[in-house]
Parts: sequence; structure tokens; C-alpha cells
Amino acid sequence: MKENSSDNSLVREISAEKYKYGFTTDVHTDIIDRGLTEDTVRLVSERKGEPEWMLEFRLKAYRHWLTMEMPRWAHLDIPEIDYQDISYYADPTVRKKEGPRSLDEIDPQVMKTFDKLGIPLEERLALSGGVAVDAVMDSVSVKTTFKQTLAEKGIIFCSMGEAVRNHPELVRKYLGSVVSYRDNFFAALNSAVFSDGSFVYIPKGVRCPMELSTYFRINAAGTGQFERTLIVADDDSYVSYLEGCTAPMRDENQLHAAIVEIVVLDRAEVKYSTVQNWYPGDENGRGGVYNFVTKRGLLKGVDSKLSWTQVETGSAITWKYPSCVLQGDGSQGEFYSVALTNNRQQADTGTKMIHIGRNTRSTVISKGISAGYSQNSYRGLVKVGEHADGARNYSQCDSLLLGDKCGAHTFPYMDVKNETAIVEHEATTSRISEDQLFYCNQRGIPMEQAIGLIVNGYAKEVLNKLPMEFAVEAQRLLSVSLENTVG
Amino acid sequence: MKPEQNYIELFNRNRALIDSGSAGAMNALRDRALDCLVRHGLPHKGLEEYLHTDVAEWFGPDWGLNPARIDMHVDMAQAFRCNVPNLSTLLYFLANDEFALSQTAARASLPEGVFAGSLREAAGSRPEIVERYYGRSADMDRPGIAAVNSMFAQDGMMIYVPDGVVIDKPLQLVTLLHSPVDMMVNRRILVVLGRCARLKLLLCDHALSANRFLTTQVMEVFAGPGSGLELYDLEETHNANLRISELYVSQEQDSSVEADFVTLHNGRTRNTVYVTLQGRGARLSLNGIGAIDREQHLDNMTFVDHRVPECTSNELFKYVLDDSATGAFAGKVLVRKDAQHTSSEQTNRNICLTRSARMFTQPQLEIYADDVKCSHGATVGQLDDRAMFYMRQRGIPEQEARMMLMQAFVGEVIGRVALEPLRDRLNRLVEKRFRGELSQCEGCRACR
Repeated sequence: MKENSSDNSLVREISAEKYKYGFTTDVHTDIIDRGLTEDTVRLVSERKGEPEWMLEFRLKAYRHWLTMEMPRWAHLDIPEIDYQDISYYADPTVRKKEGPRSLDEIDPQVMKTFDKLGIPLEERLALSGGVAVDAVMDSVSVKTTFKQTLAEKGIIFCSMGEAVRNHPELVRKYLGSVVSYRDNFFAALNSAVFSDGSFVYIPKGVRCPMELSTYFRINAAGTGQFERTLIVADDDSYVSYLEGCTAPMRDENQLHAAIVEIVVLDRAEVKYSTVQNWYPGDENGRGGVYNFVTKRGLLKGVDSKLSWTQVETGSAITWKYPSCVLQGDGSQGEFYSVALTNNRQQADTGTKMIHIGRNTRSTVISKGISAGYSQNSYRGLVKVGEHADGARNYSQCDSLLLGDKCGAHTFPYMDVKNETAIVEHEATTSRISEDQLFYCNQRGIPMEQAIGLIVNGYAKEVLNKLPMEFAVEAQRLLSVSLENTVG
Repeated sequence: MKPEQNYIELFNRNRALIDSGSAGAMNALRDRALDCLVRHGLPHKGLEEYLHTDVAEWFGPDWGLNPARIDMHVDMAQAFRCNVPNLSTLLYFLANDEFALSQTAARASLPEGVFAGSLREAAGSRPEIVERYYGRSADMDRPGIAAVNSMFAQDGMMIYVPDGVVIDKPLQLVTLLHSPVDMMVNRRILVVLGRCARLKLLLCDHALSANRFLTTQVMEVFAGPGSGLELYDLEETHNANLRISELYVSQEQDSSVEADFVTLHNGRTRNTVYVTLQGRGARLSLNGIGAIDREQHLDNMTFVDHRVPECTSNELFKYVLDDSATGAFAGKVLVRKDAQHTSSEQTNRNICLTRSARMFTQPQLEIYADDVKCSHGATVGQLDDRAMFYMRQRGIPEQEARMMLMQAFVGEVIGRVALEPLRDRLNRLVEKRFRGELSQCEGCRACR
């Protein structure tokens, strides 16, 4: 274990080495005053040029939020959050009404930021057949690439703000249909003040030719990010969607409360992959992002399929349960997760699989890794409704402990109301095998590398589910996050 | 008005009567218990630990209480005849919550220093033990019924086995619920085992009258260093019976405790087990069977606290739910920071036989030490189709095949029962239960 050093510069150096996305971009940002009132909600809506129905939606959510209390049931120690001390809208782009039309209109600093993050905003720079990106900084979508190429197939891929303006019928139909603003405290907050996220619509029978990706970046200080993503996969369609995120290193805690809603119709398939790498705070737990996210997919159609894959390495506190509501007969939900916590990080993450339709299936594979002083919990619910004949679930959660100061916890819930259902849950907790370490050391592999190797092997079942571009990144991230954990 | 309010008022009104029907250390705890009930109230559905059993609601009706210790006129020996073949036990009775000795137990001579008798009497005659242990591990500051039980309990049983004493013959404590009116029964059991002491204890719950009963049972077990306890808790009551039991076990170094809960016939039952492993090398085995049907409800919650290194805990709970029965199991294992080399295994397997049967299961691990081996597994499903097919193929009728599979399913738990005659008996009882013949318990003649 790394000794706590009183020498701040050293600490900073080490942290800097570990979190290479911790830089800030000096860009003129239009930030609204801190505080949250009905006027704030109106102001956010006005800035985004939204129609009346959208404002109504937000206000309803805000009024409901006022009646709610912050959830305390998670195995997390969440410091008091002052919701009046956050700015709810920050725009780093000098935008014209319709958004930037060409790259020339985007602040070069912003362009540079995304370049530095490895997210090319110029289509010619992207690998052939590569990834279409919606780049979001603070509250605003900076640029969505390959829109034209996708539009030829009828695919809509744009920022949420744009979707509200250009495709109101779709947004009205599906927004809030999976995660209602009444769902939970953070969902209500997000519904009131949400800013840009991505909107994806894949028409009937279309297989999306490239990976779609959204990259979220928090830049401005004193703000929170409240993005909202909505994906609708119409009958017989397919899409693979990637999500990445980073934030600068700051001593303050920044709040990220997002909602992701996915609607999967008949025989459609959606793959949703996340590499979550928000700033986790320094060694002493100072700073870092509070990541309180509601992600849920509604598998409305028959034989539809949704697969969540997540690699969680960042954030000071993670509260996140990507879920599947298996409504259509024969629908299939999957959840693959690697959650790594180090230093003072805390994570309470898992999934909910709600079986409603007949012959629905779900698989949950969760791998938790705790190091340092961190606390890592898996919390999951498998619910089988009365009419879910032939429902089948298999869950496996393994926890790996690196060090004797950290904790690994498992809280699975099973609620079965149908006699034909088969629900299985297995969990194990152990530490890294000394034999394996010894074997590696013997062959000249140093301790840290050996741990990285073993951890990667342990998480392989999940990493294999990631699209190639992400798998490489995720593997590297796991190794980096584990630096200095043993020694 | 909150349900506990009635009980607080009732207690305040009858305090003198309750005290006069009890003794010493039991009375001394009542003030603190009252304070805890006022502060925490009765456990209700809003609490995570009581999600599936609304205990507070059970306290709603106007239950009769017997603080004046009115004699209920039950001839225990007449009412109860234990017919477990080859099981020779020392028999003790609790008529509702009043201790009574059987003739065999009265005649038997226990090893020197052993006390097995009325808790109220012990509070008078062995105050040094009762004062030291009574209420020590029953935690009244957490949601539960320890507080309300401590307020109203007037009697129960105490067993004290001094250092080095081994009692070969199992002790059997039979509770007979009998009352002309709906009644609330609060009983208390205290078991103290000295260094290297050994005890086998069988608890049986029976109901003699058709009236409704609300039973609260708080049992505290102190297992001294190197001691061994085998505890079997068998419930065979009736559908109108509400039972909440709390078992607190505190284990010293190298002690070994096996506790088996068998629920074959009940109304609504909630069993909570808190085990504290506080001496190195302590071993715990917790097992449970729930074979329930109709509207019956069974909720077992276990909490195993590994406080020190090198302890082992093993849990196996199996449920078979028929008709509209609901089952719940929540098992939590906490491994504290210094409890290295802990080995903990927890398994919960359940079979729902009908559409209206419902099962909730919630195995939990909370681990703060790194050099440990912990696992849990839980399943909810049906009988194995392939096994059924195999048996049908060999000419075994469907009904019979089902029976065999169900028996095999719970057989794994019964197999862990160390007391052989009881094991055989349980196998028979379970078989009868699955055949639907166990609508009454055989043990008592008074059953309808």
C-alpha cells in the first residue's frame, strides 16, 4: 500500500500520472448562476430553446423533486450535497441558434480538448467504418459526427436538444416512458434540469453500420452534469452504443446525475457499453465526481435484446443500476460489469432484471475489485412477475479484494412469483491468489504487472463483451487504476 | 396510533402485576426495554430487515395476556406424547410461557452443577448467572421484538451447563399453546454453556387450542470456549399462529454451534438469528427447512457476525412452497476488518410448486477483510424436469416421483441433523407433510 504522503506535490504527481484526463480547458463558458429554483428550470429550458411541453415536463419533475428525499439505502457514505450550490447549465460553445454548422465555429480550445481525449471530431480523422461520436461538454453537445452518413439509412443520431426541436413526436412519445420523473430522487432532479445527451432512433429493419458513441466531458467548475440519453430501436433493428466520460481533477466534488432510457421493440437488439472514468478523487478522497445515474431499458418487443456492459473505474461515489424491464415475450437482458474501486472510492452498483413477459431470460455477470480503502458493493434485483412463465435468470457476482483496508459487499434480492421460473445466484469473495502471483513473479513479471494481469484475466468474461475500441481502453484503465495498490 | 402504544400503556398499567409474576433480573431489565420500545417501536415493513413480514401489524389485534399467571389447566403429560421412536429425552414443558417439569425430567438426575428449569425460579435461586447473562446479547437497540419481549416475559427456561460437563441425553423443551381466548405469549430461553460443556436441545412448538396465538420468543445462547451445542427448533402449530422468534448466539473460542430450524406447519412465522463469532476457531452451522402450504408464511433472517479470525460459518436453508405460501430468506454475513481466514458459505435453495407461491431471497455478504473465503448461492426453481423424466421412464408414477424429488431436496438439510432418531423422524414428518397428511401434529393428542 502506498504510504500517505504529506508532500502534496508528490501526491499530485502520482494522481496526475494515474488520471491523465484531469486537465481543464480554458474556454469561455456561459454558466448560469448557482442555485435551483423554478426559475432555474425555466432558464435552462429557455437557453435550450425548448417548446412549452418540454418546459412543462421539467416543471412537473422539479415540483415532484421538491417532495422527495435523497435515498440513503445504498452502502455509501454520501456527504451532504448542497443542491443550491451547483450551477445547472454551462455552455462552453459560442453557439448560434441552430448549433455550430461547421467545425470552424467550434472554439478551437474545445476541439483541442476532444483531440487530447482521443475523440476525433473531424470525420476524416476517424478510422474507416469507425465510430460516430456525439461529443458533450458540460451542458451542451459540441458536435455530432457522421450524422449525414447515418441519416441516409434513416438513423437519427443527434443531441437531445436537437431532437426536442427536430423530432418532437419521437421525443414526446418515448421520453420518460422508461424512467419516469417520479422514479427516484436523482431521476426527478435530472428530469427537471437535464441538458444535452444523445438521442438515437434506429428505424425498422436497419442495422446501424457503425458504433454510435457519446463522450461526456465535465469542464467548468462548480457545475454538475445532467445529461439525458434516449435510444429507440424499432422493430428488427440493431445498434451498438458506447459511452465514455472524463472530468478534470478538482478538489471539489462535482455531481453527475444522468438518465439513460432505452426502448427496444420487436426483435431489435441494443448493446450499450460504458467505460466510466470520471475523476475518482485523489488518494485521500478529496474531490471526485458523484456519479448518481439511472439507466434502464424497456424490452417492449418480442424477442428483443438489450445488453449492458460497464467498466466502472472512475467517480468518487457511484450509485448506478442499469436495468432491464423484460416485457416482451422471449426478450433477453444481459448485464456485464467490472467495477473497480481504489483509494477512497465507493461504489454501489448492480442491476435490476424485471421479468414480465413469458420465456424471458437474463444473465448477470458482475466482477467487483476493491483496493486501497475503497468500498465496493454489488446490489441487484431479479424479479419474476406472476405471468412470466419460463423466466430464467443466472447471476454471478464475484468480488476480489486487494488489500485489507477495503470492503467488498454483495446485496442481491430475488423476488419470484412464478412457479416455472428458474433463478440462480452465486457469489464469491476472495483475494488474489498467492499462487498465481508467485507463478508470475517467478517468471520475472513484477508484482504490479502481475496483479494487472490477474485482474484482467478475472475481468475477461466482461471485457470480452466490449466492442474492440473499448476493450483495449478498458484493459489499460484497469491496470492504471490499480497502480500502487500493492507493494 | 402506533401499535406499540397499546403495549406501552398496557405495560405501564400492569407493571406491578408483571413484576410480581416474575423475579429479579427479569424485572430489572424492564425499564430499559420500555425505553427501547418507546424509541424504536415495533418492527414494520418500512425496515429493510422486515420487508416481507409486517410484525407491527401482528401486534394490532387485542391479544389477551396473562400477567397474573392464571393457571390454564393443561395436563402436559396427557396432552403431549412425543412419538419419536428411540428418542429418549429429558422432557420439559412450557405451557404458553409458564415452565413445567415432566415426571421423567423430575426424576432424572442431572450432572452436578447443571441447572435446567424455570427461568423465573433461576432468577431467584441462581441470580449470579441470570444477572450476568440475561439480556446481555438480546439487542434491544435494533429493530426487533427483544424489547417488547423483555417487557412482558415472566418466565421461560434456563439451562446452565458448567465447565467440562457433557449432557449426553438430549433435553427437549415442548411449548404447548393453550388458551380459551386469543392470546399473546412471551417466553424467554437462556442457555449458558461453560468451557467445554456440551448440550443437545430440542425445541418443539405445538398448539393445543384453535385460538389465535402471537408468540414472541427470545433465546440467548452463550457458548463458552470449546463448548458444543446442538439446537433443533421444530415448529408444528396451526394456521392461526403467529410466531416471532429471535435467537442470539454468542460463541467463544473453538466453540461449535449447530442450529436447525424446521417449520412444517405454521401460520405466519418470522425467525431471526443473530450469531456473534467472538472467539477464534468458532464454528457455526445454521440450517433450515420450510415446507409450507396454504396461506402460510415463513421468513427466516440470519445475521452472522465474524468478529475475529479463523471462524467458520455454514448455512443451508431450503424451502418448498405450495399453494399460496410465501417464503422469505435473508442471510447476511458480515466479516469484520480483522476477521482474516474466515470461511463462510451460505446456500438458499427454494422450490415453488404453484403459481401463487412466492419466494423472496436475499443473501448478503459484507466483507472488510481480504484473506477470506466467502460465498453464497441462492436459487428459486422447480423440480428438475430431467430427473422427473428419468424416474417416469423407470415406471415411477408422477406423484411418487415428485415426492421422492422433494424429499431428496430437503434431505440435504435433514442429513445435517446430528441426532439420528430425530433425523429419521424428520424424514417421516417431511414425507407426511408432502403427502398432505400433516394437517395436525402427531405429538399432541389434543390436536383436532
